[in-house]
This record gives sequence, structure tokens and C-alpha cells, in this order.
Amino acid sequence: MKDFFNALADPSRFFLIFTVAVLAMLRWREFFTAPKVALTIFAGAVIFFVWALKDPGFKANISKPDNIPIIFMLFLVGYFSWLSLYRAVKNDRRIDRGELPEEAVESPKKVLVWPDLVYSEFICMLIGTAILVIWAILLKAPLEEPANPNKTPNPSKAPWYFLGLQEMLVYFDPWLAGVILPGLIVNGLMAIPYVDTNPKGNGYYTFKERPFAITSFFFGFVVLWVSMIILMTFLRGPNQAFFGPFEQWNLHKVEPTVNIQFSQIFWQQWLGTSRPINWLMREMPGILLVLGYLAVTPIVLAKTVCKKMVTQMGNPRFLTMMIMFLIMVAMPIKMVLRWTCNLQFIVNIQELALNI
Amino acid sequence: MADEIPNPPPAGGPAAGGAPTPPPAPAATPATGGATAAVAKPAAATAAKPAAKKDDSRIAPPQKTYVPRPGLMDQIKDSQIWRSIFRHGYPNTVRNRSLAVLSNVFLHLHPVNVRTSGLRLSFTWCMGGLTFFLFLVEIITGVLLMFYYRPTGEYAYQDIIALGEHVPMGVMREIHRWAAHAMVITVWLHMFRVFMTGSYKPPREFNWNIGVILLVLTLLLSFTGYLLPWDQLAIWAITVGSNMARATPIAGYEGPLAALITIDDVKLVHSGDDARFALLGGRFVGEATLLRFYVLHCIFIPLVATILMAVHFWRIRKDGGISGPL
Ligand code: HEM
Repeated sequence: MKDFFNALADPSRFFLIFTVAVLAMLRWREFFTAPKVALTIFAGAVIFFVWALKDPGFKANISKPDNIPIIFMLFLVGYFSWLSLYRAVKNDRRIDRGELPEEAVESPKKVLVWPDLVYSEFICMLIGTAILVIWAILLKAPLEEPANPNKTPNPSKAPWYFLGLQEMLVYFDPWLAGVILPGLIVNGLMAIPYVDTNPKGNGYYTFKERPFAITSFFFGFVVLWVSMIILMTFLRGPNQAFFGPFEQWNLHKVEPTVNIQFSQIFWQQWLGTSRPINWLMREMPGILLVLGYLAVTPIVLAKTVCKKMVTQMGNPRFLTMMIMFLIMVAMPIKMVLRWTCNLQFIVNIQELALNI
Repeated sequence: MADEIPNPPPAGGPAAGGAPTPPPAPAATPATGGATAAVAKPAAATAAKPAAKKDDSRIAPPQKTYVPRPGLMDQIKDSQIWRSIFRHGYPNTVRNRSLAVLSNVFLHLHPVNVRTSGLRLSFTWCMGGLTFFLFLVEIITGVLLMFYYRPTGEYAYQDIIALGEHVPMGVMREIHRWAAHAMVITVWLHMFRVFMTGSYKPPREFNWNIGVILLVLTLLLSFTGYLLPWDQLAIWAITVGSNMARATPIAGYEGPLAALITIDDVKLVHSGDDARFALLGGRFVGEATLLRFYVLHCIFIPLVATILMAVHFWRIRKDGGISGPL
């Protein structure tokens, strides 16, 4: 049984299962948000968790004080994904029947902030304080040995909320994973309101009126951001090697890394010649591939599948949206390439320290 | 009460006069003129219509009109001090309830009323509110921690130990740390909720952007604070986290294109002047970094975050309160 879960937690399988699960939840949301089904899944998660805690290695990893918030986060993200979809499904059914969404029925009625809102804020604060105090008494804040710049712990990891980015370091060069990517995430988030011109779904839960927006957000937030945090925190051990949830963290496990560059694949495998000496020539196929992906795909899409979208949004919006979207999708693409063909870089210009 | 000055209620009429429900008999309105909190005072009583009608039979002995002596609470509420602080009566009427929100600098960040749908916990999940609450907790516990903590290589670690062992009620560090983690989680969930209700759509685009900056600031607050215990966990997490700045294009010495910036073969971007050096105040995480992060953590980022939160809340109000279907 434990071996089975260890095997599932192999990075490619873990990621595949996670992605499929989230997309399936969105696709068959009517089924998955039914309270009985959701409760069953929740109970399953709790049972798995309690059972897994019997394993000393799993327990040691989970109960590191700084990892406990992550467990909270996982259950909360699960719960609120359910809640928002549940309300969205209810509203979608109402809209299908030609009724107004629940919020639209209620919202013309207004209540005074004092006392209604102020009191519920006050109660939230009391509950929050109680939880925090109990949490603080039960769980000591971690303190390890004094700082020692000469002794690198293995593994050394960034704070947990940045671990998604640290995981990306496995697939991308630091300048992309550590600098450009965070910058793009922030910019992409900021662009959302200006790019999403769909006037529907403003101020109420719905899925059917904005399927693309919600699916993309789930993909970015739940699949990429949250699942990468799980992967990096719980499944990577010493030397950043992979360990199943029930596998001992063995200090000597080193994953064999075979690094293949795209230029090698192109010139040596496909053309059967040696790589050109001039770096520009050598990397030209990779550069063209990247440019083609970012520049040509939007144009092709605009002329074919997304015609309606373009007329609705206008060109600048469509381009911004598409490039952000393509970069987001590039993460899993690069990950899969790494897992399947050991591909390290598509463009690999050591001369300029520019690797993509 | 200030309201009891018998000037006639403005155009609003009975509603503005403060009666919870406009009384059916118009004759009664002048009497209630806002005097809901304190017991009716002689001035108000004589102004009452019934008294005015009996004007000709005023010969009746004065002791017949019952004027209750104001109690202690009423005297306090009538004092100049109390009235200088509170400009409205007890908030049990529409008017006083609105005033309670409007005349209070903290509460006035709220609108006066909200949509019933927006009040629901299952709509907002209270996540923005909880984020703000956690921020306040961080400020309070953080100030307490600052009383004991000295950001130097020599003392920092010792002070952290002392915080747990020698300081009475030594759970402040725990509360501070767990609230910080919780704040990161609630701010993500808040963003998730705002997205799912489409609340970033016009007219709230700008507030979404303020929110994104707040999200970044929250993460930076957490990140700078992570270093302060000055233990192995701290310096290595920050080392890993800040290593990437080395690779900033052009500005980081290991970054792409940085090698191109040279004068006569002398590299201008090197490990002693690149982006990472600016962040850490050195080539590696050392005492200079500790001081730098301490100042950022305790002063600069909280200050900026506070200002932006004020803007954030203000904009919620100005954008029409919690979003709802149009
Ligand atoms: C320190 C961080 C933040 C604090 C303290 C905060 C606080 C709040 C509060 C108290 C509300 C009222 C409604 C509610 O509780 O949901 C709110 C609404 C809002 N927040 Fe935030 N927020 C923060 C970060 C963010 C972020 C990261 C975003 C988005 C990226 C965001 C976007 C918005 C928007 C658009 C609204 C209006 C929602 C509506 O009208 O339904 N905020 N915020």
C-alpha cells in the first residue's frame, strides 16, 4: 500500500494526477460539489491523513512546525474550492431556469454596517484570537542551531510559500524561475481586470458565464502554485532528490541527472551532424522555437479558434492575455519535457549566461 | 446630546430625525427629535406637542410634570468630555447607527450599509477581514517582540531564546510566527474569493491592483521576518531565496547579459555590486543583511502596507461596497 503511494508520488505521476483531478473537478463540478460526494472525498482525505501519520517518516516531515500551516492551507484550499464551485453550480442552475443568481435576489436589500457587519467582524476576530492563542500554546515556534554560514543544511529550502518558485528552479535557469517568472506572475495578476472584458459574473459566483477565466485561475493557483508547494515541501529531500511520502530520507540518494540540450537533439539526433561552433547558429533552432511559441501561436489562435475572443477583446488585450497564458502553460510543458526526454534547456547560450 | 438642540431636522424629515420607524402620528416627531439616547430633558419635554396644547392651562403646579433626575450615566454622557468624543447617541436608530460608522475614523472605512449578499460569510469568507485582523495581531505582537530583540549577530539568537524562556507569557513569538503564516494563507484565499466572485471587474480593477501589491508586501514581510531568529533555518532559507537575485538579467552578476556590460574588459557587474549585494548588503547573508531585513521588516514594509490598506479599504467604499450583481 505504502509502495503504491510512493510510486504515485513520482513527480510526473503526481503532477499528472493532480492536474487531471482538478480539471475533472471543474468539468464534472455538478457531481463533485454535491455535498455527499464532497464529504466523501473529505472523509477520504482525513482517513488517508490519519493512516499516513502512523508512518514515522511521514509524521516527522508533516509535523515540522513550519509545515503545519501548509496542511491547514491544503484543507482550506480544498474547502474553499468546493464552496465557490458549489455556489457557482447553484447559481448556474438558477440562471438556466431563467432566475436571477442568489446574490441578485438578496443584494438590493441593504443592512447597516453597525451593528450587522461590525458584530460579525468582531466575532471573527474573537474566533481568530482564540485559534491563534491555542495554536501558539500547543506548537512552539521552531528554532534550530545558531546561524552558521559554513554549514549548509541538506536539503536547504526557501520559506514554504516560495517553494513553488524553488521547484521551478529544477526546470528553469534562476534568471527565469527566480526573477522573470515572479515578475510575470505579479504582472499577470495585475493585468487580469484589464484583460478580462467579460461583463458577466461580476459580484456573484458562477462558472458557466466565465469558464475560461475560472479554469485558468484554478490551473495557475491550485495546479501550479499549490501543487508545486506540496511537491517541494513534502516530496523533495536531501540533494533535492525525490522521495515518496513513505520513503526514508536517505542522505545518499542522488538522482542521476542527464542533461540534454535542444541543440543536441536538433543537430545531432535529427540532422545527424555535429553542432555548429558559432553559438548563434547552434542555438538558432531553439530561439526560433521559443519565439515561434510566443509570437506565432497567438496569431494562429487569433485567426482560428479564438476569432470571437479577438473581436470581443481587441488585439492588445488578446496579445497580453495570450502571452501570459502561454508562459503559464510553458511551465508544465517544460516539466514534461524534462521528465520524458531529460531536456535541460531549449536555448542554451552559456556565452551570455542565457538559458531558456 | 448634540441632537437635542431643538433645531428642526433637515429635509430628511422624520427619518433623519432618528426615529427607528417613522411614527404614524406627525405630532410626535418634534418631541423625539433625536433624543433617543438620554432620558428626555426638561427642554425637550416642554417642547413636546401635548405640553404646547395645554399652554393656556399652565397654572397647574409644576410638580405634576414628572421630570426624572438624570442618572450617573446620563450625567457622564452629558458631560463636555463625553460629548467631545462621541457625536451621536446610542446606536439604536438608523441615524445614530450611520453616525457611529461615519464619525469614527476606524469604522468609517466601512460604507454605512452593505448588501445582504455581501454580508454572508459564504460570500466573502471573511478572508479580507481576517487578513487585516492578522496584520493587526502582527503589529501588536511585533512591538512586544521588539522590546527584547536586538538585530545583531551577537544577540539576535540569544534574544530569541530569551523570548521563549525568560520573558513572562512567552508565547508572543509563537503568536507572531503563526499569525504570519496564517496571513499568507488568508491573503491567498482572499484573492481566490475575489477572483471567484469576479469582484475585480469594473469598477474594482484598481482595487484589485492595490490588492496584488498588498499580496507582494505580505510575502515580503514574511520573508524578511524569516531571517530574524538568526538560526540555521533562517539564514539558509534566506540564502536560497535571495540567491536568485544573482541571476537578475543585466543587474545580477550571474544573470544573462551581465557579462556584456564591461569597460575595457573590466566587468561592471560583479558579486560586489549586483542586485543581490544590494538586497543583502554583502556578498552573503551576514550581519548587514540582518540589520537591513530588520529595518525593512519592522518599519518600511509595514508602513507601506498600512498606507496601501487604507487605500484598499477606502476604495472598497468608493467602489460601491462589497461587490454584488448589478
Ligand atoms: C494585506 C492584504 C489585504 C487585506 C488586509 C485586504 C482586505 C480586504 C477587505 C477587508 C475587503 C472587504 C471584503 C472582504 O473581506 O473580502 C477586501 C476586498 C477586496 N480586496 Fe482585499 N485585502 C488584501 C489583499 C488583497 C489582494 C491580494 C487582492 C487581489 C489580488 C485584493 C482585492 C480586493 C478586492 C478587489 C476587493 C473588493 C471585493 C468586493 O468588493 O467584493 N485584496 N480586501
